[in-house]
Amino acid sequence: MDAFTWLYSDIVKDHFMNPRNVFDPDEKFEADADGIVGNVKCGDQMQFFLQVDEKDVIRDVRWKTYGCASAIASTSMLSEIVKGLPILEAYQLKPEDVSRRLGGLPDNKIHCSVLGDKALRAAIDSWLAKTGREGAFKDVGSTVICTCLNITDRDIEQAVKDGARTWEELQERTKIGTVCGGCKGRAEDLLVEYVHVFGHDE
Amino acid sequence: MDRHFVYMDYNATTPLHPEVKARMIEDMEVYANASSLHEAGRGAHARVEEARGAVARLIRAKDPSSVIFTSGGSESNNTVFATMFHLGRKGPRKGVVTTAIEHPCVLNAAKWLAEEGFPVRFLGVDSKGRVDLEELRSSVGPDTLLVSIMAANNEIGTIEDVASASRIAKSAGAFFHTDATQCAGKIPVDVEAWGADYLTLSCHKIYGPKGIGALYVRKGAPLVPLIRGGHQEHGHRAGTYNNLGILGFGAAADLALRELPEYSARVRRLRERLRDGLTSRLPYAHVNGHETEVLPNTLNLSFPGAEGESILLYLDLEGIQVSTGSACASGSLDPSHVLLATGLGPELAHGSIRFSLGRDSTEADVDYVVQKLPPIIERLRRMSTVA
Repeated sequence: MDAFTWLYSDIVKDHFMNPRNVFDPDEKFEADADGIVGNVKCGDQMQFFLQVDEKDVIRDVRWKTYGCASAIASTSMLSEIVKGLPILEAYQLKPEDVSRRLGGLPDNKIHCSVLGDKALRAAIDSWLAKTGREGAFKDVGSTVICTCLNITDRDIEQAVKDGARTWEELQERTKIGTVCGGCKGRAEDLLVEYVHVFGHDE
Repeated sequence: MDRHFVYMDYNATTPLHPEVKARMIEDMEVYANASSLHEAGRGAHARVEEARGAVARLIRAKDPSSVIFTSGGSESNNTVFATMFHLGRKGPRKGVVTTAIEHPCVLNAAKWLAEEGFPVRFLGVDSKGRVDLEELRSSVGPDTLLVSIMAANNEIGTIEDVASASRIAKSAGAFFHTDATQCAGKIPVDVEAWGADYLTLSCHKIYGPKGIGALYVRKGAPLVPLIRGGHQEHGHRAGTYNNLGILGFGAAADLALRELPEYSARVRRLRERLRDGLTSRLPYAHVNGHETEVLPNTLNLSFPGAEGESILLYLDLEGIQVSTGSACASGSLDPSHVLLATGLGPELAHGSIRFSLGRDSTEADVDYVVQKLPPIIERLRRMSTVA
């Protein structure tokens, strides 16, 4: 009898029960860079630790989370995927890449899996900054949201990181939606998501 | 220890009492429309009225006809608020006072009245979940139409002083409603001592079937039907009598009343064993709710650094069924409104687990949970960004 599979796939269950590459305080993992995203107030937070070699290839990773089963399973899977990847490729991974490898997540749980790749990117950004290349991947893997002004999801992300919390503040920083306004719905959804992910200092 | 199946979610719902089930199987034969005048109908009607008497005895209502059968707690609560809507539109009083920790069906019914222009006040609670009666006193006045305060909270088990709350409501000339869904069968319910004008009950929380509930309406208290149609329930609630549900409710009410003293003493001992076993192994665990004014079967704990849905699903893998106040389990970003109302920080609210014991719970169940939970919490805390 397996009463668990109705909720999550066998792969999710396996990664939830036996998460890979979890940070262990006793292990003394020496990270070259790390990144943290999410907000405990909203119930999930994620931290990624990276070892990167001189060729910008990810050699090993560890992660920690305060999060639900989907967050644990998807970050465990992501940590397996990125080992051995050049940082540029790792930076372009999307939550869908992880959920596909997990055999899918329930619709209402997709939201819980978005922190892993954001924490990974935060760690890579921190590595880039550490090696004198701050913001080098700013436009990597971005999607245009406001076609009138060519504003991308990454621009919205950056505005939130810089302190934008409301639609008005986002407009003030990016001018998004000030021409035709057709992107407002999608941009507002991203704003909510990014405030959740990056507003962890509040 | 082998994998057990341990159900500790009796506040969510209960299985049928074996005796209720046996009686319901026989009562499936009671098919006649209890409104019909012929012999078969009169027979069904007599059985429905017997069941009404049993429910009335459970809540110490003197007059069985003050009990109206509904489809459940949500309908009963909504009927009261819909009645207030009609009274408030026509009369001078419009104010509604309720609490921040009510069940969503009361909260949302109250919010609906607020949207319709009624002044609605949600009273806060202290760190144990108790309503501040002084705040209630200063919130009622000549404009207050209804005070609605739950008798016991479903999440943390805190029991409210509804008798005092009702006196305050009455002194302002307001009606008093209490949602007793969660405390029936666990502590004595007494509509007279509590001074309730309206009281809500649900059958599936007391080892009876789902889809049936009741609303007590004091003689003389107004009631506007939510469901209009025939003359059933003295015109208070239309729809053909749900014979099987009503008879199941009657059986469950009989048994709940008879077994209450022994039942509550037994689950209280188990609750204490569970609380002591877990808090001695996990000394940082936070016990939510009141120490003494608490339902004997309900234990709500928060574990710093461990997220509730993860705890719930690791317990599920061990065969243990509980519930959590975590946002992730609810699909929103906000954790339990009850725990937040007690002033608990969001992190502890996300990391809360409710254990609710019941008539099939055993010491072996408790010991199994006491053995299985601590390694789960320790493991989550080790991988946590918080602890």
